[in-house]
Amino acid sequence: MSVDATTVRRIAHLARIAVSDEEVAPLQGELNAILAFVEQLSEVDVEGVEPMTSVTPMAMKKRSDVVTDGGHARDIVFNAPETEDHYFLVPKVVE
Amino acid sequence: MTVAVNPKKLIKGGLHDWEVVIGMEIHAQVTSRSKLFSGASTEFGGEPNDHVSLVDAAMPGMLPVINEECVAQAVRTGLGLKARINHRSVFDRKNYFYPDLPQGYQISQFKDPIVGEGEVLVDLPEGETITVGIERLHLEQDAGKSLHDQNPTQSFVDLNRSGVALMEIVSRPDLRSSEEARAYVTKLRTILRYLGTCDGDMEKGSLRADVNVSVRKPGEPLGTRCEIKNVNSIRFIGQAIEVEARRQIAIIEDGGTISQETRLFDPGKGETRSMRSKEEAHDYRYFPDPDLLPLEFDQAYVDSLAEGLPELPDAKKARFIESYGLSPYDAGVLIAERSSADYFEAVAKGRDGKAAANWVINELFGRLNKEGKDIETSPVSATQLGAIVDLIGEGVISGKIAKDLFEIVWSEGGDPRALVESRGMKQVTDTGAIEAAVDEIIAKNPDKVQQAKEKPTLLGWFVGQTMKATGGKANPAAVNALLKAKLGIE
Repeated sequence: MSVDATTVRRIAHLARIAVSDEEVAPLQGELNAILAFVEQLSEVDVEGVEPMTSVTPMAMKKRSDVVTDGGHARDIVFNAPETEDHYFLVPKVVE
Repeated sequence: MTVAVNPKKLIKGGLHDWEVVIGMEIHAQVTSRSKLFSGASTEFGGEPNDHVSLVDAAMPGMLPVINEECVAQAVRTGLGLKARINHRSVFDRKNYFYPDLPQGYQISQFKDPIVGEGEVLVDLPEGETITVGIERLHLEQDAGKSLHDQNPTQSFVDLNRSGVALMEIVSRPDLRSSEEARAYVTKLRTILRYLGTCDGDMEKGSLRADVNVSVRKPGEPLGTRCEIKNVNSIRFIGQAIEVEARRQIAIIEDGGTISQETRLFDPGKGETRSMRSKEEAHDYRYFPDPDLLPLEFDQAYVDSLAEGLPELPDAKKARFIESYGLSPYDAGVLIAERSSADYFEAVAKGRDGKAAANWVINELFGRLNKEGKDIETSPVSATQLGAIVDLIGEGVISGKIAKDLFEIVWSEGGDPRALVESRGMKQVTDTGAIEAAVDEIIAKNPDKVQQAKEKPTLLGWFVGQTMKATGGKANPAAVNALLKAKLGIE
């Protein structure tokens, strides 16, 4: 599996990472090297083997349905570049 | 599942008839106190960003921990949809960028949802019942809310809804008309409300639908579909389907083709329009969320939840028909809301079920609708209405007087039995008194008596006069019998 320049641009756009034209070729090379490395795994026969999700056999922890958080709108928006009345302000997005 | 083509449901095009094929994705907000993966409140509204934890705001280093009640609610809903419950399911990240999604991905379930295939029985107004297949139900996070009208160049983002648990319920494309689609959503909403897993409040956005619409000539393979996003009322769902189907038919009949896309319904303009910006976002790059282990439980857990389920609408309807002798239509009306069904049962208990149903549906519901009230705020309690039904059954009051009594109880309250006494509303069953009134009317109207012999329908006039003379309190059956005998009418 390998990626072409168009795919590199697309992935960058989907991840909202600005990639200049000069960066595309080097990134393509790096990504393909990574993919080739990972591809070695396909040599292993995993027929009938369940994908491993955790190294320790444990069940997912669950919370009980209790309100334990909230009430700190000021902290929530504290790092935002722009706020008003504890709303985040962003460039207009509308359909 | 194959659905037989019903010619009545086809849409007439300019050239020939078209069949519309509809599938739906319903987003139902899970009823819970706190969010799916954080301890912030799910309460509707609130000050901006007040019901938000650092998890919901996607601050670095925060880890999601699942709310066990949301899991239970999803399983209950699955059971209510007669669906397969998956003892192991997986949470995935659905990646896309939008300002009201601070994580940059929605935690959802893609490959292994918590609930698999099920079905919903949907009763249509003409008495037909269809089975709508459920493909799956999965748990996912809601996004925040953007306000666009506060400022000309900026959108305001409130994350109070961010992270609230949703159930996405995906139907098979088994629906063949806007009417079926509306009936399906109505039924699904009823089931969710019975289960107590979603309040079904569409005005508050607790239930939203994405509607997939395509058209085809009957018998042909499925056409290309368009998805109408976020339709938030049952009426709009119907309208959106109608206009979208007609739009597609017009394009195809003009020789064009439908391109698969996401559209928005504009109720004001009565049209759907393309949401182009959503197109490229369709590459969601799902992958299992490394912050969350698979969700696993055993059959004993499912069984314990099944035991706690209430009687569901279909079972209740069948029981109402069976034990109270109701028509399927009346039973359907009564079970639409659990509170109405409970009210009816309180009235019907130990009484004639049909009479109780008539009073609840015709008098009470009619009156509640007129006044814009619902059953919870009914001025007439089930006990009071039951007493009115008893008074009729015992022959103490006539049906006509009962309506007057209902009015008094509605506006003034009070014990119906005591009111009948204190206001002298008792029916006169004493034949002597009725006979006296009948005799007087006959004596005063010899011409009418003569006519009645040739024209028996004049009996009605005599009944009316007698009722008038007795202040409406004469027993109608007794009046009829007496008049027939005296006038010599069969």
